[in-house]
Amino acid sequence: MRQRIGRWIIPVFGGLAFVYLLVPIAYIFAFSFNDAGRTNLVWRGFTLANWLDPCGAPQVCQSLVNSLQVSVAATLAATVLGTAIALGLVRYRFRFRNTADLLIILPLATPEVVLGASLLAQFLNLGWNLGFATVVIAHTVFCMAFVVVTVRARVAGLDPKLEEAASDLYASPLATFRKVTLPLLLPGIVAAALLSFAMSFDDFIITNFNSGSFDTFPKFIYVAATRGIPAQANVIGSSMFLLALCVVVTGQVISYRKRKALAAR
Amino acid sequence: MALQAEEAVRNGTAEGHGLVLAGVTKRFADFTAVDDLSLTVPAGSFFALLGPSGCGKTTTLRMVAGLEQPTSGTIGIGGRDVTALPPYRRQVNTVFQSYALFPHMSVLDNVAFGLKQRRVRDARAQAKAALAMVELEHLGARKPAQLSGGQQQRVALARALVNRPAVLLLDEPLGALDMKLRRQMQVELKAIQTEVGLTFIHVTHDQEEAMTMADTVAVMNQGRVEQMGPPRQLYELPRTAFVANFLGRSNLMRGRVAEDLGQGLGVDVAGTRVVLPKARATEHHGSVVVGVRPEKVRIQRMDAPFTATANQLAGTVVDASFTGVSTEYLVDIPGVGLMGTFSQNLGQDPASPGEKVRLLWEPDYSFGLAGGEDTGAGGVRP
Amino acid sequence: MTAAPGLRGRHDAGRGRAPEGGPNPEEAAADKKRGRIGQLLVLPGFTFLLLFFAAPVVVLLAMSLYTKAPGAEIGQFEPALQFSNYAVVLREYWDVLVRSFAFALAATLAALLIGYPMAYLVAVRLRAHRLLQGILLVLLIAPFFSSFILRTQAWKQILADEGPVVGVLRALAVLPEDGRLTATAFAVVCGLTYNFLPFMTLPIYASLERLDTRLLEASGDLYASPMRTFRQVTLPLSMPGVFAGTLLTFIPASGDYVNAALLGNNRDTTMIGQVIDSRFFRVVDYPGAAALSFILMVAILVLVMAYIRRFGARNLF
Repeated sequence: MRQRIGRWIIPVFGGLAFVYLLVPIAYIFAFSFNDAGRTNLVWRGFTLANWLDPCGAPQVCQSLVNSLQVSVAATLAATVLGTAIALGLVRYRFRFRNTADLLIILPLATPEVVLGASLLAQFLNLGWNLGFATVVIAHTVFCMAFVVVTVRARVAGLDPKLEEAASDLYASPLATFRKVTLPLLLPGIVAAALLSFAMSFDDFIITNFNSGSFDTFPKFIYVAATRGIPAQANVIGSSMFLLALCVVVTGQVISYRKRKALAAR
Repeated sequence: MALQAEEAVRNGTAEGHGLVLAGVTKRFADFTAVDDLSLTVPAGSFFALLGPSGCGKTTTLRMVAGLEQPTSGTIGIGGRDVTALPPYRRQVNTVFQSYALFPHMSVLDNVAFGLKQRRVRDARAQAKAALAMVELEHLGARKPAQLSGGQQQRVALARALVNRPAVLLLDEPLGALDMKLRRQMQVELKAIQTEVGLTFIHVTHDQEEAMTMADTVAVMNQGRVEQMGPPRQLYELPRTAFVANFLGRSNLMRGRVAEDLGQGLGVDVAGTRVVLPKARATEHHGSVVVGVRPEKVRIQRMDAPFTATANQLAGTVVDASFTGVSTEYLVDIPGVGLMGTFSQNLGQDPASPGEKVRLLWEPDYSFGLAGGEDTGAGGVRP
Repeated sequence: MTAAPGLRGRHDAGRGRAPEGGPNPEEAAADKKRGRIGQLLVLPGFTFLLLFFAAPVVVLLAMSLYTKAPGAEIGQFEPALQFSNYAVVLREYWDVLVRSFAFALAATLAALLIGYPMAYLVAVRLRAHRLLQGILLVLLIAPFFSSFILRTQAWKQILADEGPVVGVLRALAVLPEDGRLTATAFAVVCGLTYNFLPFMTLPIYASLERLDTRLLEASGDLYASPMRTFRQVTLPLSMPGVFAGTLLTFIPASGDYVNAALLGNNRDTTMIGQVIDSRFFRVVDYPGAAALSFILMVAILVLVMAYIRRFGARNLF
């Protein structure tokens, strides 16, 4: 009897945790159909109007577009710079390696307010105008640390014998990198890029410090929260969630099918 | 010579050019892995580098492949100095210990990899032929992870062989396989080598594997070659205690040369006179070590008749273990220590522990080593 | 092949210079070259971080010592070494600082309690069900895309005084008739726990995913009860994940202000992030805000170092 309870306690508890994680998303989804008017606080009736006109509320779509642009730019920069660093740190021994190591990990140990505030101080100091560029720079800083950590684990797990084998089979260093190293690191790099994109897309605090009058989607909602968030924001929040879910689940299903097909052969 | 080799390399027709190592030394920060190693491997031969782990055999192999730079010395392949060439410019291919198959490529792409890098035109066709040679043509579309250990081993072999390298390096290629598969692959590898006629350098710590497969065996110890030659010669006439113990087993006895018998030497071993042919002894005076292989030693009860010309030592059976084909004995000889022997199962009643016995062997089977040799070197065997 | 003679020449020269037993110049040169590739790979990112992380922290430090110029307008300061800035903000906001760490600690523990079973469920129990495993894993990351402010706002409405949860709890007399959930410390900690849950769960998942389940069988085979197996095998092997997860939760949680702003009140739930934000943007007291930021950063570094020292940094990242 005790054994049976033991077997069920993890799935039940874990399942409840997932429910906890998803309750607000269900709420957001439900209230995207609310015939809300100006504030979306109480249920006033079902409507499809918000979904049919997601850009109906002022600035919702502009802020979304801004957010997407920032996330793409920051993800690209962080992935390229971070992957190079991960390779350099794992594969090569050089002077200042430990310093570099520390400098790259430190942003992870710095809370967002401090990161945001210090960057703001720097931008003020340099006399730069706050906007798209400063937001991208700020996002790249914290995304890069995540990329380095993720990709580095992958590089460390890569068998150096494979690169030696490529070299033994007449592949020049460049060809070895293109044909062997990069393809084997790719899952890690993609995971790091996805994580970067998600973190950048959802960031508010650092953005708030460094964006000036430039609005991202989270910032738009935060500002709107004081006077009432339009239901269109729920539409966008829900559809981004569903889109992300679809993209990744499709990928999962495809790789699952592939694996199954291979196993069956 | 160099030109010819280069042309052969360019035409892809290079076949088994010899390998020459001259004074090759590899020092790492805190130890010397390979110490002034010189050897010549004739083209087309199957050469085994045999030694315990850490003896420098793998480092030697990696230097030949170009994956490691020698601290000093030169490496020549087919008469050409390749010491400074990076691995991808050397007409050498390696079968790695763990195979190092590219996990993200199909089996066929793995095999075609080297050909494609050299822009060989019919790379896929050649790769398919190589897979057919190792009888895996039906698995070309699979990923390496979907193959068994033995199949992966063959793919690794095909991937290296398809390039027709001047020298093929095998780094403990059978180490990960089970005993049965190992024996089977040994036979197949040897057959393939005979068929393609390339120079094979095979690194292993398994003496039986080295002896069954190689034309020439070099026994390595602590970065140096202890002895080199055909397997039979190494086995019958080891020159150092390390070789005597590492390659098969040996009974080694300390003694002192007492008289010169013309063709042979009379050696005092724990008060008993033993005869040792001069031609089989490294030293002819003073203290020596007399050795004999266990299977050359006969065991008899004390009351059985024996020939007076044979070397003989008397002792007490300490242990007798029956293995079916034979019985293995450990016999304690006073003043010498434990000696081992086999007795083929001819239906006789085996001697049992505690019994007094006589050990006999023909003087011609004895070999003599320098008196300073450490009789325990190269093994834990009695 | 054409490069060979040149290479060989250089090699011979190198070998000629090699002193007996000393380091081989050829090898040293190769090492140097490899080192240069490494430096080249690290350089762009390193420079970027130097410019936009290290330098800003230094600027922040300098700014924290600025002083108000006599007769200057709001927001105008001049460089100085006004160390009293620290004393001033510390005196005024000591309680807030302590509260922030207490909230962050509570949220970290709660996230560990909730996140570990989640990670264990996905990584170990569902190992045989790859598709379900993958989908649950996606569900862990996907909430990022629905915007955490939107989600926090949703919690605020779910837990609102007139909302269903409070209604039920009042009816069940778990909450007193005038009891509420929003605008309390409890709500802020819940919000922090909720928002940083993926940061706890994902690293634990990553280390449990590598766990060899045969070890669990071996432990069971050696007469260990499931509880004992968990304590002596599973938990130690997942410690790197727990370690990384707790840090990745605690650090951002202690500096967060969105949860406190949306789910808290203005009296006893204020967190340090809110203060820094308002010092910067509303009060326009740059030195004060910078000093507080710096205090927060140093405090976290000290806490993290103590934590690492206590539990070891092996396999941390």
